[in-house]
Amino acid sequence: MRMMCVTPRHEAAIATLVTALCLGLPAIADEPAAINVTIKDHRFTPSEIHVPAGKPTVLIVRNQDPAVEEFDSTALKVEKVIVGDTYATIRLRPLGPGRYPFMGEYHADTAQGVVIAE
Amino acid sequence: MLATLLIVFREVFEAGLIVGIVLSATRGMARRGLWVAYGVTAGVAGACLVAMFAGEIASWFEGAGQELFNAAILLLAVVMLSWHNAWMASHGRAMAREISQVGAAVIAGERPPAALAIVCGVAVLREGSEVVLFLYGIAASGSGSAAGMIAGGVLGVLAGVAVSAVMYGGLLTVPVRHLFAVTSTLITLLAAGLAAQAIAFIQQAGYAEGMEGTVWDTSWLLSDDSLMGRLLHTLIGYTAQPSWAQLAVYLLTIGMILGLMQLVATRQGEVVHE
Repeated sequence: MRMMCVTPRHEAAIATLVTALCLGLPAIADEPAAINVTIKDHRFTPSEIHVPAGKPTVLIVRNQDPAVEEFDSTALKVEKVIVGDTYATIRLRPLGPGRYPFMGEYHADTAQGVVIAE
Repeated sequence: MLATLLIVFREVFEAGLIVGIVLSATRGMARRGLWVAYGVTAGVAGACLVAMFAGEIASWFEGAGQELFNAAILLLAVVMLSWHNAWMASHGRAMAREISQVGAAVIAGERPPAALAIVCGVAVLREGSEVVLFLYGIAASGSGSAAGMIAGGVLGVLAGVAVSAVMYGGLLTVPVRHLFAVTSTLITLLAAGLAAQAIAFIQQAGYAEGMEGTVWDTSWLLSDDSLMGRLLHTLIGYTAQPSWAQLAVYLLTIGMILGLMQLVATRQGEVVHE
């Protein structure tokens, strides 16, 4: 198993490689902006979410109702169940400018919102 | 009650479409009804389990558990559908001939359609877990009467089964000599659509970034949320705003299944001629 031995020189080489990879992948280095959203009484607050166009964003959706909800949006390609009194992290892909409606599928009459990318 | 009816109807109808395709694709196979029943029953049990442990599943993989779980079971269905089509490519023609000869009687001794039973199970599990969570939510919050919920649920199931049955009835009118071609096409498109949904879940989980731009937007023409949009979404994977990754996976899946069927059929031909 001589191949498996990692000498100090190899270590340096690996470190250089890892650094190069990290520099080459700014998406990993850059944490996308996180936006807080709450669900209370089957409504989203804020119900209108503004995000920069062309950049990934993260929504942290806290469900403060005891009832389970499903964050659902065909436009955003998101379908995520959020159990009562928990939160979920929802990754938004880089969006082109426009309006992207979303809803709480289990309470669609009140739980409505829109992401606006601009 | 109306909200319950609509949600239950929608989910039952979506799972029912897939079960309908499976039933028509297994026409003439021994004990297919029993296998489909196993699949549906396992799906219902699985749906209850998934709903019960929804919070637990969501916490796997640093919060991406739900997406990866969905992607995994969708891909399982894709593999099973591909396998079925490959198997049909080697046995289907002979079977169709036999069915015509014996007047659609059951062919004894054929391999049971276990792969497609799993597909039924996956379809019911996916749609069913949403129904269970929804009904549980209503029951837990105490909004709406229990009678209304039960009435809505029962009517939703009946309406969903009725619409699926109509579609299955339509497939039954396909003459046996075209059945193989029709069901192979349906299953190929169904598998491609499920694979495209799976890649969306994987991307949502943050495991495969890139190619996320929208290829086209036909939401003005046919939105995903309309009944026709949902029907086509379930059957052929229609989506109004597909991403490049979804389109690529969709086409790759079709190519893979057709290639596999070609390969199996060619091999079968060689064996016969030797």
